[in-house]
Amino acid sequence: MSITIEEIKHIAELSRLKLSDEEMLKLGSDLGSILDYIKTLKEVDTRKVKETAQVSGLSDVFREDEVKNWDREEILAALSQGELENDQLKVKRIL
Amino acid sequence: MNLNELTIKEARLKLDSGKISSLDLTSACLAQIKKLNPDINAVLTVCEESALAGAKDADARLKKGERTELLGIPYLCKDNFTTKGIRTTAASKILENYIAPYDATVIRKLKEAGAVLLGKTNLDEFAHGASTENSAYGVTKNPLDLSRVAGGSSGGSTAGVAANMCIFAIGSDTGGSVRCPASFCGIVGLKPSYGRVSRFGLLSMTSSTDVVGVLAKTPYDTAVVLKEIAGNDKLDATSAPEKITDYKEAVNSFDFEDDFDKNNPELLKGLRVGWPKEYYLKELNPEILNNMKAVADKLKAAGAEIKEVSLPYTKYCVPVYYIITPSEISSNLARFDGIGWGLAKHETANLQEFYKTNRGLGFGAETKRRIMLGTYALSAGYYEAYYKKAQAVRTLIIEDFNKAFKDVDILLTPTEPHPAFKIGANSNDVLAMYLEDIFVSGASLAGLPAISIPAGLVDGLPVGAQLIGPRLREDLILKIAEFISKK
Repeated sequence: MSITIEEIKHIAELSRLKLSDEEMLKLGSDLGSILDYIKTLKEVDTRKVKETAQVSGLSDVFREDEVKNWDREEILAALSQGELENDQLKVKRIL
Repeated sequence: MNLNELTIKEARLKLDSGKISSLDLTSACLAQIKKLNPDINAVLTVCEESALAGAKDADARLKKGERTELLGIPYLCKDNFTTKGIRTTAASKILENYIAPYDATVIRKLKEAGAVLLGKTNLDEFAHGASTENSAYGVTKNPLDLSRVAGGSSGGSTAGVAANMCIFAIGSDTGGSVRCPASFCGIVGLKPSYGRVSRFGLLSMTSSTDVVGVLAKTPYDTAVVLKEIAGNDKLDATSAPEKITDYKEAVNSFDFEDDFDKNNPELLKGLRVGWPKEYYLKELNPEILNNMKAVADKLKAAGAEIKEVSLPYTKYCVPVYYIITPSEISSNLARFDGIGWGLAKHETANLQEFYKTNRGLGFGAETKRRIMLGTYALSAGYYEAYYKKAQAVRTLIIEDFNKAFKDVDILLTPTEPHPAFKIGANSNDVLAMYLEDIFVSGASLAGLPAISIPAGLVDGLPVGAQLIGPRLREDLILKIAEFISKK
């Protein structure tokens, strides 16, 4: 199975990844061979099988919604790799 | 014997009797790291200063009469657990300078127990791999043969234990990442049941299979560490609410006197050991088969019954794993957007370019491959055919195990299909690398506890035997692992 370069470009766009032409070519062939292998799942009859999303056996686990104070310096340290202005994170224009 | 070569059990006796101090023990480990790390590349960040301070603190607690299992014991931790004030890279360029503002629950518990963190260890970037070759900071070499991989993705933690740089180590296991390197490096690696140990502070990869694992020199030591880190945590909603078992007590039931007869058929009387035929196909390396038979014979001599069982969906474990894992990765790694923390090159035209540029620069080849594969499997038009299909087959894999555990108490399988391979041997073959997970992905998908213990040599290199148990029966697999490990 081969993945077209258009498909790779589309998936890269959805993945928010800037890729070189070389990377895209390599990914096209890698994904193709992996998907070929994964195709064996088609043999399995799953019409009457319920999907498993998680195996914890738990559902609706609640805890108190408590607000805990966090040291201002620690907050700033946690965001220290970002651009800050008046203690607030700066991001590029969205629109 | 050098202090850094001690097990937890041996070190405990010496520390409690005052024969050695934690400072002696910690210094011996730090010296070993300095000596061997340039060749092995197991440790990415050494925290010498805080380790020495932690050792002195433990010594003060010991002097006051405190006697707890891990007080003063130095350990290494995989670099995908957050550590307050110490950088956490996940072996990725995107987190090269990231310092987390909080400790993972495991780190917090070990700190409270008085264990001493020596440093953070190498891994495949974000734990994506089975060889530690995918690290942005270079491959970790196998301490037993420097031309070979240590296995992965917890390669640094495992090589650290195998090279006596620490007394034990913490790793993570999503689809074999503790068991594979344990097999390749000849030590013990435990993947607990899903939810048995809190994942809070473990960087998310595949949230439905990620677990915190233990790497140690003996099953006894593994049990002692598990006892300290296991348990429910309100910061991890998926952590199991069930009370933990006394794992140390479980392994202690085989802490025999010197004159113990391992061939006493009463020892394991009533134990039913499953031999899943799908794990012993005719293609299996005959030497590994012989080693596994020797393990089975040992159990038989002590009264256990070996029964062939069938797990017919075994061959679908790897295809299911390589849909579910990349899918969850593509979602979990969306958070690395360069805003606030992580790699950020700001000279971009707009926000979309900013995201794409930083993610394109920050992630390595395998991480990109998995994000792309997962995004593809979850994208419109393919979701039903891939992701939903894989989730359904996952149910069948789980049912296989449930059925088997009606007839047997534990399963005995090889951990890996071969010993450690040469560095670079699988580099150009993605599929060959994914097939490394063939014996280890099943227990991960089903959330079951599994342990790899040394089971002899093949071509002079160690190979592991894997014991898989029913959910939350870590006590049982540790107990049998301890028995098998007895000389």
